[in-house]
Amino acid sequence: MNNEILLKVENLKVNFNVSSEDDMPWTKQKKLQAVNDVSFDLNQGETLGIVGESGCGKSTLARAIVKMVPANSGKVIWLGNDLLTLNKSQMRQHRKQIQMIFQDPLASLNPRMNIGEIIAEPLRTHYPKTPETDVKLRVSDVMEKVGLLDNLVNRYPHEFSGGQCQRIGIARALILKPKLIICDEPVSALDVSIQAQVVNLLMELQEEMGLTLIFIAHDLSIVKHISTKIMVLYLGNMVELANSNDIYENPRHPYTQALISAVPIPDPMIEKNKELILIEGDLPSPVNPPSGCVFRTRCQKVQEICSKEKPEFKEAVANHKVACHFSD
Amino acid sequence: MSLLEVNNLQVQFDTTDGIVSAVNNVNFSLEEGKILAIVGESGSGKSQTVFAMTGLLDNNGSATGSVKFDGQEILNLSNNELNLIRAEKIAMIFQDPMTSLNPYVRVSEQMAEVLVHHKGISKSEAIQQSIIMLDAVKIPEAKNRIRMYPHEFSGGMRQRVMIAMSLLCHPKLLIADEPTTALDVTVQAQIMHLMSEIQNEFGMSIILITHDLGVVAGNSDEMLVMYGGEVMEIGKTEHLYKNPTHPYTQGLMSAVPRLDDANEKLITIPGNPPNMMLKPVGCPFSPRCNFAINSCSTVTPNLTKITENDHFRACHVPIEELL
Repeated sequence: MNNEILLKVENLKVNFNVSSEDDMPWTKQKKLQAVNDVSFDLNQGETLGIVGESGCGKSTLARAIVKMVPANSGKVIWLGNDLLTLNKSQMRQHRKQIQMIFQDPLASLNPRMNIGEIIAEPLRTHYPKTPETDVKLRVSDVMEKVGLLDNLVNRYPHEFSGGQCQRIGIARALILKPKLIICDEPVSALDVSIQAQVVNLLMELQEEMGLTLIFIAHDLSIVKHISTKIMVLYLGNMVELANSNDIYENPRHPYTQALISAVPIPDPMIEKNKELILIEGDLPSPVNPPSGCVFRTRCQKVQEICSKEKPEFKEAVANHKVACHFSD
Repeated sequence: MSLLEVNNLQVQFDTTDGIVSAVNNVNFSLEEGKILAIVGESGSGKSQTVFAMTGLLDNNGSATGSVKFDGQEILNLSNNELNLIRAEKIAMIFQDPMTSLNPYVRVSEQMAEVLVHHKGISKSEAIQQSIIMLDAVKIPEAKNRIRMYPHEFSGGMRQRVMIAMSLLCHPKLLIADEPTTALDVTVQAQIMHLMSEIQNEFGMSIILITHDLGVVAGNSDEMLVMYGGEVMEIGKTEHLYKNPTHPYTQGLMSAVPRLDDANEKLITIPGNPPNMMLKPVGCPFSPRCNFAINSCSTVTPNLTKITENDHFRACHVPIEELL
């Protein structure tokens, strides 16, 4: 692992305009802050895990990095270039090096293309002049890497199980030899035994090819397993960012603490006796986030200051950033 | 006598591609006031087992065997007879609370309907009782919120509404089919906490169907592990976690990443889940099993008792070789 910064995200903001049904045509549309002021660095070979509950903006953040949704402000610096200022053809040059894997393995594969075509498509798009024999060779090469048999190239996605479809998705992401792969909930739709296979595959490939990963999931145990550092998001805001072990051993934000305590541990002796930190209530509406600290409506440690002042996202100890007034 | 006794339950579906055996030879019993967890991956037949018990199979499905509830045979009863049992004695909650509530009808109507139909009380009284039940599942301002439509509730709140609705007639058995799978972990923790409180209060038995071994660990007395439509292992939850004696249970337990574990490689179960279109010969897990011997692929192992405290397993391989 070297210390070259591959990706640097600075103050990224993504807003969506939403209108509700009882709005008049002239009513100003409301602003939904899906991602609010997110910044992080990612070094070559690292894995950044992004966790949070549904609606916290983790997928939007991933999509904003590759410009699949437009960002409103901020910078996404990829190897020294700000991706957000690039035009389409310039973006395409960098896009080769950043690939994505999606949650629903079957839905992300075109049902009318066979596996060979699906896996070769990025290659044909980015390098249209590649001779056909080379394409075939590259396809069977990556298929072998992800553990798919060569003779499956002419089959169609519906003939595969969920785990195999996810392997096809990984093969498609790998064929361009990318530097960064963004995995958006890659194992959430899979069974436990298959989930372990896919996670191990990703970790092996990472070691073998020196990949950098952004791994998004709502399952904290999986994220802990694969990540070197972890970011916790709540309502589009970063609440904590630290090394993976730090965050689990010493969670400093009340939300992270509750999140970790909510994860059931597969051991009856521990699980039945553990002290549960229950978060009361529901996620506030992102159209109308609470003033001050976004978590204050459900926080156990809430004080007066929380509603008045938004806590700064700062280092509590070295390499451990928290957004809480009472992080010490 | 047990509250529920299931013997040799078999479920088959007649599809255009032939007969699919979704559940084979399932046997278990459940005592009053206990929580049984049925664990398995998708396609293992865990949902179809309980659907067969409650007469909810699809039209092309058929069930054979015996299901005795409170001494009464309930398998393959007519809908009229089943309607006297469902909701009143056996209630069920499903995975997706949005699709199990009618989006066009206010929660008050949907809840009152249950009581009016089953208890024959007046509607206003039924609504009063529904409000009490919504309070019991900790829905804030139940009095006002009962007038809302399902889409006005969040996912966790909707699941609470479902739980309240299932409890209206004070059933003896509550079947929860993946009740928290669609929910976030923090909400899952709330709902599971609520379920255990309610179980203490009402004292019913629960069948909890889930694929999450963490949820099973914290919320069940006994567990049943299914794979490929067959029971692999049954036992007391604590005992089974400590001493899993079936290769599949062992594999499953080690494949789950744990928060309290060091960062090491996950142990995987090689291969893919079985194709249920093909009738299983022998043990359904044998193609993926590291310990498989010759007889595994030809003879189906029977569930046999291995220790005194009701621990059963279906495996040909001697326990000593697995430990």
